[in-house]
Amino acid sequence: MLTKKQAKIFFLGGTLLFALIFLGLSYDTVVSGLPANTHPENITEEVLLGRTIWDDKNCMGCHTIMGEGAYYAPELTKVYDRRGPDYIKAAVNFKNGGWAPNGRHMVEYNFTDKEAEGLVAFFKWVGEMNLNGFPAEPTIK
Amino acid sequence: MKYKSQKIAYYFFGLSMLLLTLQIVYGFIMGFAHMGYDGLHGLIPFNTASAVHKNLLVVWILSGFMGSAYYIIPEEAEREIISPKLAMLQFWALAIVGVIAIAGFHVGWWEGRKFLEIPRELDFLVAIDVVGFILLILLTLLKGKKQTTTAWVLTMGLAAAGLLYLPGMIFFDNLSMDSFFRWWVVHLWVEGVWELIMGGILAFLLIKLTGVDREIIEKWLYLIVGLTFLSGILGTGHHYYFTGVPEYWLLIGGIFSALEPLAFLGMTIFALQMYRKGNKKHPNKLAVTWTLSTAIVSFLGAGLLGLAHTLPQVNLHTHGTLITASHGHLAFWGAYGSLVFAMISYAMPQMTGRKIYDNRTGHLAYWLSNIGMLGMSISFAVAGIVQVYIERLSGKDFMIAANATKPHFFVLIICATLFSIGITYFIINFIKFGLPTDEALRTDDDYEALNN
Repeated sequence: MLTKKQAKIFFLGGTLLFALIFLGLSYDTVVSGLPANTHPENITEEVLLGRTIWDDKNCMGCHTIMGEGAYYAPELTKVYDRRGPDYIKAAVNFKNGGWAPNGRHMVEYNFTDKEAEGLVAFFKWVGEMNLNGFPAEPTIK
Repeated sequence: MKYKSQKIAYYFFGLSMLLLTLQIVYGFIMGFAHMGYDGLHGLIPFNTASAVHKNLLVVWILSGFMGSAYYIIPEEAEREIISPKLAMLQFWALAIVGVIAIAGFHVGWWEGRKFLEIPRELDFLVAIDVVGFILLILLTLLKGKKQTTTAWVLTMGLAAAGLLYLPGMIFFDNLSMDSFFRWWVVHLWVEGVWELIMGGILAFLLIKLTGVDREIIEKWLYLIVGLTFLSGILGTGHHYYFTGVPEYWLLIGGIFSALEPLAFLGMTIFALQMYRKGNKKHPNKLAVTWTLSTAIVSFLGAGLLGLAHTLPQVNLHTHGTLITASHGHLAFWGAYGSLVFAMISYAMPQMTGRKIYDNRTGHLAYWLSNIGMLGMSISFAVAGIVQVYIERLSGKDFMIAANATKPHFFVLIICATLFSIGITYFIINFIKFGLPTDEALRTDDDYEALNN
């Protein structure tokens, strides 16, 4: 059986080795792989405005995007393809208590036209990412 | 308790209990909202409740870790905390920043980034507070008579947790890049350095509770934290699969995250073996129960339920569904919630001198909270399977799936009620202990005291 010293070497050596591999892969991801998949050149002022609203309103507190967030409201990665710009603008600015399909309430917002356009641009940009097959096509017909 | 400054732990444990209570309240708000009863929507919409629920979790667990460190480090290093006054200042700073952050969430002062919703201005205060805490612990350890492995692993875990908070404070235009570094914080915390902290605290508890030789326990500790990093660092990949990264993360994340349960299994075997080997049984049965439970339930919640949806082929369909909530609840509870409860159960009699070791309230607290949480986790899993089938596999609208899960949220709320009753019993015991006192100081070891 191992001695305490050997166990310590296993811990320190293993951690160092895998941390280095992780840093190497992260470097490759950040400088080449991730930009190739996410088209940062398409992040316009408009997209950035949408992104800022996404953060400021904590949309992730109910929705998911790229599958990340909370599970109270629909996945929005492909919402631009699924619903189109007009539907999105109508939903985010719905009055009389806010958008509430099937009784589930979204917070009522009062976005300017520019802000609503920004959100649409943001969703369009996210929808064009290569996400390794997510979200998957339905398999049951 | 051997050193006066160990009493500082009490305040952190008290804060933990308070924040946990609030966390449960917000959990109920969300549970009812999922069932369609969202009467509080105008006041506390779901996104507020979920930000509060998740951040209270992080803060009460961190407060529990900090309390544990203030208790453990003096005893291991054999000296008082270098400055109890600064430690109390650090406590109040944590409590106040926490309260401001939670209050801010109610008026939209946040960043919509899961688990890291605290706005960046406040992040700096959090960082300063944590650096202060780490310095106090580290200097106490360095100036102490002894530097044990247990103390080092715990301290390094805490220091690394502080350091890893920083990547989460950088702003990126690119949402995908933001997510990439957000996981450096969240994943490398809960599936990395927090396990180091967990290992350190478990080792301390097992040394105290089983009487097994320190050398044997600490050898196991190295092996387990070694396994944690061997699998957990590259296991970060399982959060990256579908967030805009290169495809190789599917292979790497899949393989290494599938190995992550080994570290938890190691902890389970380790704790049970030490308990069987220990020839002296500590009379604090509640502390023993929570300690062994931590080792077992963490394997179920973090290990097995994590494994259940970690492979990319499975995760493609379960990613971003209630399946994640099922795993998340039992994992956090089993690994970190139970660990803080174990430490509180062990340290409170030592700090207050009141020997609540084996009472009915304590055992009810244990069973109700664990049965309740297991039931919640199962309810989430069933709801998640329904959601995956209807929304992901059949391609139906989100709300069709959401309406179909309502009955499961009803069961969830019943289980959450059981859980809450358990937590209430635990807090009743906590209050029964009263305040810590210097009269509880003892110079001899646990076992010498027991034998007299």
